Amino acid sequence: MISYVARRLLQSVFVMLAVSLIAFTLFRFVGDPIAQMVGQETSLEDQARLRSEMGLNDPLITQYGRFVKNLATGEFGFSYRTRQPIGEMILSRLPATLELGFVSLLISLLLGIPAGIYTALNKDGFISNSILVATLVGVSVPTFVIGIFLIYLFGVTLGWLPTFGRGEVVEIGWWKTNLLTLDGWRSLILPALTLGVYQVTLTMRLIRSEMLEVLRTDYIKFAVARGIDYRTVHYRHALKNTMVPVITIIGLQFGGIIAFSIVTESVFQWPGMGLLFLDSIRYVDIPVMSVYLVLIALIFVVINLMVDLLYAVIDPRVRLKG
Amino acid sequence: MLSRLKRATVENELLYLFLRKPLAQLALFVATMLIAGAFLANWIAPTNPYDLTSFDLLDSLIPPAWTETGDARFILGTDDQGRDLLSAILYGARLSLLVGLTSIAFASVLGVSVGITAGYLGGRFDAIVMRIADIQLSLPAILTALLIDGVARGLFPGAMHDELMIVVLTVAIGLSLWVNFARTARASTFVEKNKEYVQAAEIMGQHPLRIMLVQILPNILGPIMVILAIDLAVAILLEATLSFLGVGVPANQPSLGTLIRIGTEYLFSGEWWIVIFPSLTLIVLIVSVNILGDFLRDALNPRLR
Repeated sequence: MISYVARRLLQSVFVMLAVSLIAFTLFRFVGDPIAQMVGQETSLEDQARLRSEMGLNDPLITQYGRFVKNLATGEFGFSYRTRQPIGEMILSRLPATLELGFVSLLISLLLGIPAGIYTALNKDGFISNSILVATLVGVSVPTFVIGIFLIYLFGVTLGWLPTFGRGEVVEIGWWKTNLLTLDGWRSLILPALTLGVYQVTLTMRLIRSEMLEVLRTDYIKFAVARGIDYRTVHYRHALKNTMVPVITIIGLQFGGIIAFSIVTESVFQWPGMGLLFLDSIRYVDIPVMSVYLVLIALIFVVINLMVDLLYAVIDPRVRLKG
Repeated sequence: MLSRLKRATVENELLYLFLRKPLAQLALFVATMLIAGAFLANWIAPTNPYDLTSFDLLDSLIPPAWTETGDARFILGTDDQGRDLLSAILYGARLSLLVGLTSIAFASVLGVSVGITAGYLGGRFDAIVMRIADIQLSLPAILTALLIDGVARGLFPGAMHDELMIVVLTVAIGLSLWVNFARTARASTFVEKNKEYVQAAEIMGQHPLRIMLVQILPNILGPIMVILAIDLAVAILLEATLSFLGVGVPANQPSLGTLIRIGTEYLFSGEWWIVIFPSLTLIVLIVSVNILGDFLRDALNPRLR
């Protein structure tokens, strides 16, 4: 077990080093950092002085080392566009994205898991088939189109819900939350649903196929043969083993949610990290892009690591094989 | 099974299954119509939306022809520039399909060649490539495509040339989708390379390149076709999303995603048709490609039957 953990940890460190190398290459070679920082009127001598002051003439390996050290200590540098420190920019945007992501993850699990179980148990029922057809549409309709349709229905036609921004926020320290006001919740409903729809279908399909797999195993057949009633077999024997992959699902979902929050935030003008990233692409704000890349990679690596370790705790076969 | 004998070859088997799936038939019909409409846009579209002289600002924001204030010239209405929406949709679908097909072709050629090589040669090349694939697979395709797009914008500063923008978009989507092809090709190659016909070819002294291309490739096409069909829908979706976000195709050549983005600006003022019709076209296109992909996957995978 310890060697397994150590190996996974080492792998994660390598991935992060690889990603930071990409981010460094981006920062250093896509466009000239000095030209971005100074105005037209700065003389060439001043530029050269600044260049050597910032250490841009050092060997590349030294520069890369400094880049990694800065990242690790939270020195993210400044945005080309707004001239603000990137750390502050991201920190002010982080709560919005996390709250949106958390609520849609909740929606996807609360709707997806029961629907998956139901469609697996009633395999050829009318309702099951209807749900399955609906999920095929859910997978196919792009996130932004779902958002637009929701805005058109609930925002424009019915006028029930706000369609952009976070609404009223409450500050707890630096963390601005909209989970404590009614207005904030109302603003959250449409974006969270938009982001959740795809995740619901994903959860449902995974749970369904897992449950079907479990129902086919010998111990379920044996339990049925012993005369235990179906309720107990389904909800006690089968469900327990179906729930193991839920950990993977949450891990997977989180990735999807982070990625698609970019789209959702753009549709609803939700002031989160996705919108920040999108702006950095539009205005070629390389430092923000490279920090975002590193941050996202870190989130992914940590989640994957946690999923793998939890799996090893729950399922001894992984430990032995790994 | 009455027709076991009839189902001797894969082609017959596919046809046999296809004739029993009305949903797949409908999907094929719809997809064919859309693709035909898109690629014949030059001839069947009422106007040319790329030709600035062909439309008039006076005709802007006209609702669809069947509504009270509609105009018979514009069946689906017009957009903010006075462009005929039907024509814009046909040309937009053409661009969406073109980018989707090219990027998936790029992804499949890249992924399959890397996958076969990794599977056949094994060793260090295999280890490195699959490690990269694993890392990339943990990032959703949309994120990868956005990043590549952003980097390209940094590398070619200033106003990016229109054609270059489309090439960058295609490459970005292609590079974000090659992993599935590589993994599938590699796994199938692992199975095939231990079979007798490959060993025979090796004993005959055939060049490894020849073995990979002539012996192995034709035998792993089945699973690759499935990925091709499923990922085509993903590619179209990615293009639409990037264009919707404003980092995709150039603005003067709107794809379906661009049209939807333009349309959202008019959602609140009641001009619903500008956003609804391109959205519906996009949905129908993706749903039908998805259904076909699902059909292929089920048909080519005997375990699921």
